[in-house]
Amino acid sequence: MDKQRRKFLKIAGVTVLAGMSAPVVVNLTAAPPALASAGKGQATTSVPAAAHGGEAAPKGVRLGMLIDMRKLYGRPELLEKVMAVCNKVHNIPKIDNKKSEIKWIWKTPYANAFIDQSTNHSSKIARENDFLVLCNHCNQPPCVRVCPTKATFVDTKTGIVAMDYHRCIGCRFCMMGCPYGARSFNWMDPQPFIKELNPNFPARMRGVVEKCNFCGERLALGKEPACVEAVKEVGAIVFGDLNDPQSEICRILDKEHTIQRSAALGTQPSVFYIV
Amino acid sequence: MYNKGTIIPGLIIFVLLITFPLWFNAFSTASTVPKVELPPGGQKECVKPAAEMRANHMVLLNEWRDDVLRNGNRATVTAGGKEYRKGLQTACMACHTNKEKFCDSCHVYTSVTPFCWDCHLTPSVAAAKKETN
Repeated sequence: MDKQRRKFLKIAGVTVLAGMSAPVVVNLTAAPPALASAGKGQATTSVPAAAHGGEAAPKGVRLGMLIDMRKLYGRPELLEKVMAVCNKVHNIPKIDNKKSEIKWIWKTPYANAFIDQSTNHSSKIARENDFLVLCNHCNQPPCVRVCPTKATFVDTKTGIVAMDYHRCIGCRFCMMGCPYGARSFNWMDPQPFIKELNPNFPARMRGVVEKCNFCGERLALGKEPACVEAVKEVGAIVFGDLNDPQSEICRILDKEHTIQRSAALGTQPSVFYIV
Repeated sequence: MYNKGTIIPGLIIFVLLITFPLWFNAFSTASTVPKVELPPGGQKECVKPAAEMRANHMVLLNEWRDDVLRNGNRATVTAGGKEYRKGLQTACMACHTNKEKFCDSCHVYTSVTPFCWDCHLTPSVAAAKKETN
């Protein structure tokens, strides 16, 4: 009996010692891989990183839009036409109430559209004309960063900042995030406020946020966005791939001086203006 | 056996009572499996066999939704020689035009309330708005 207890205590002691020293042994044996990974880290840092705030090399398709306002000055009927076409194609309700209105593409004075460009002595054109504004489909979209459900996301194939209304929980963080006011919340069931329904496009429900989708559904059919088509007669809106130097939009961007809305915020809008 | 006279009738009554739902349903007409309206346009072929659609149409709809919205895969599906664009409005309801007689008949029977039509439009709803304006 005594002998057995003695044996048990010995084994227990050795086991405790082994257990206590195990982490030390593991650390020692794990050291070589750790060194190896450190070496690898050095190797990767030798690749030059993009400078802070610098533009990374573009890859893939990034759809963008160029609005040549020169062709729309003094022609408010064209702005109305663009808005009407968009509203019809996307089943957008017409609610005459600043709080509840739903806007995908709309017109606004220069000082509101380009808050960082407005001056005391702005030109007559800037004072007298409204400007077309819509979702900028930013390359760095703040709305996407704040969305808790990934209901809004960047479509990697096109660069479109898309909405999945099935996932939207209506928290409106994206509306806080968006510096352009391009998002609208459905405070009530929008369907009674829709004048004419497009049977090939859904409506929305109460409690979701909606915005311009760059006509993703029309692009899939090989059509141009509805707004582009609406002012085709004057060619005021050009739509294309910003990453393709041969595209029409890129050629015009190369040639003309363009501005973006609140470019200083670093959202890298995909909508450009010639004013 | 003691009390044979009460135990055996008691057992029979007990068995009858616990099988009540089975034989009640067998004889009653209160609950018949709904008959859905086939496409009024006469289309015979769906994108998948009828049995599979009956069981898994909601899965297919979710897959289509994710394909179209999130994966940017809007490839059309072909059924019976006709091409359909993935979507409840663009594919399903192009043939099954009557929501009340097709979708609702089973959904009501099984007591499910899908929220598809909170946003998506049935042909009749879309047509009604066309006429008034």
